[in-house]
Amino acid sequence: MTDTTYSLAELVIAACAEAWRDSGEIMATGIGPLPRIGAGLAKMTFSPAIQTTDGECWYTSEPVPPGKRAVQPELEGLANYDRVFSALWSGKRHAMVGPVQLDRYGQANISVIGDHRKPKSAMLGARGFPGNSISHPNSFFFPNHNNRAFVEGEVDFVCMAGYNPARYRNGQPPKGLDLRIIVTNLCVMDFGGPDHQIRVVSLHPGVTFEEVQENTGFPLARIAQDIPTTPAPTAEQLAIIAGLDPNNVRASVFKDNPPGVRG
Amino acid sequence: MLDKRMTIDDIVGQLSDGMTLGIGGWATRRKPMALVRAIARSSLKDLTIVTYGGPDVGMLCAAGKVRKLVFAFVSLDHYPLDPHFRAARQNGAIEVLELDEGMFHWGLRAAAMRLPFLPTRIGIGTDIINQSGFEFKFVTSPYADGEELVAMPALNLDVALIHTNLSDERGDILTLSADPLFDELIVRAADKCFASVEKIVPTAELNMAENCRYNLVERPMITGIVEAPYGAHPTAAAPDYQIDLKALKAYTESAASPEAWDEYRAKFVDVSDADYLAAAGGAEAINALPKPVY
Repeated sequence: MTDTTYSLAELVIAACAEAWRDSGEIMATGIGPLPRIGAGLAKMTFSPAIQTTDGECWYTSEPVPPGKRAVQPELEGLANYDRVFSALWSGKRHAMVGPVQLDRYGQANISVIGDHRKPKSAMLGARGFPGNSISHPNSFFFPNHNNRAFVEGEVDFVCMAGYNPARYRNGQPPKGLDLRIIVTNLCVMDFGGPDHQIRVVSLHPGVTFEEVQENTGFPLARIAQDIPTTPAPTAEQLAIIAGLDPNNVRASVFKDNPPGVRG
Repeated sequence: MLDKRMTIDDIVGQLSDGMTLGIGGWATRRKPMALVRAIARSSLKDLTIVTYGGPDVGMLCAAGKVRKLVFAFVSLDHYPLDPHFRAARQNGAIEVLELDEGMFHWGLRAAAMRLPFLPTRIGIGTDIINQSGFEFKFVTSPYADGEELVAMPALNLDVALIHTNLSDERGDILTLSADPLFDELIVRAADKCFASVEKIVPTAELNMAENCRYNLVERPMITGIVEAPYGAHPTAAAPDYQIDLKALKAYTESAASPEAWDEYRAKFVDVSDADYLAAAGGAEAINALPKPVY
């Protein structure tokens, strides 16, 4: 054991990085600071072949920090939108995205809250979610694990397809649908339960299954009676994270930047 | 000599009520904002706007020009949600057809190829194909796989409006930004295209031998051009200038109240292009805008 302390954000980054373990030579897209730093951590450690972008239109040799850059990154290729579409349609991408709502089928929403014709809240629009969801692996990050994010029924507007047989004429989703992990402020989940039921695979230190279930609008499976604790980031990982995020953007994701181990 | 130069008012004069307009660019990049502001000032109405949306969408919504929007997103990137667009949606003021970004591309490509549709898997399993305003149809692959696919309809446009960096008088354009975005398809999907350009130069100065990769379409696709320096501001027209975050913020703040919009409109919309440039801080300030990080 080490006496290293780490923040919840750093725990989450290390958990996000796991999405890209063994992913081979693909495009890694992490939307939002923690998934993005997570993709960088994966690249700098166990998945060196993944390609990351500057968020504009270039692949860079090294992950680019969120916020200000002290040096211009070395560019290794063009990632203009047309090519991003081509790459994602090929399946050679794994994105971790942050929807507003997710339901028991893994269907995700970033378009509207309420009726699509006259929404209570209009957000971005579906963006590339529909195509992403049936083309390549996808994972999720939610900074606030609660019943408004993990909804009881279906999400208000399905932007990302999920494992909902009723949505498919032959009951089967397209072959490319491959939902991987969900990282939240409370736990890590996957789609490994019966019939792709969402299940808790690890709990962050001090969190109970009951707390996660209470904050989820649908019943969760569990990987085992004794659910493992989400692995703490190692000292090496913490050093790499600090290097990937010199502006300390990670400290601003959760209110008051709480420690990884609940006090 | 072929000369396609026009004024911004000439171009707006070519538009009519109820038209379907494709607008080039993407979010905060290379939006033909000088043309958009001129449309906002005009008496045009009931437009259908087809675009990868940025401040063009919200501004035209706020000015009451939009009947229908065909879109995959409306975003100001660093200010992700455009409050004018949100207000129009939340008041039920506009009809929409919401698409995936790639479906949108596919619809433009179908139109560019003069096809009625192109097949795609995108949309399956989502509410994109269950919208009340449009009934998506399916096609079955005639080959051994027999897969059922969505028939993405052609997004046929009456007019395309794009912004680009250089052109000669004939409409040989150069779009020098690293990302050409989908301006080529927007142009090809339309009956006519009008391009605002940062600078009109003699053909020799285009240095086509070096720059041919930046020539998005051949000139018969370009109906008219107008020299509009800083015509994409507050969006970027890299390499000429970058996004003006402060100006975008002022735009978002103009949604705070009807008075705020009136004030913004009086200062930045109902003005000549010279007065706009002065109100935006002047050419030097725009030239000095830093490259943003994403």
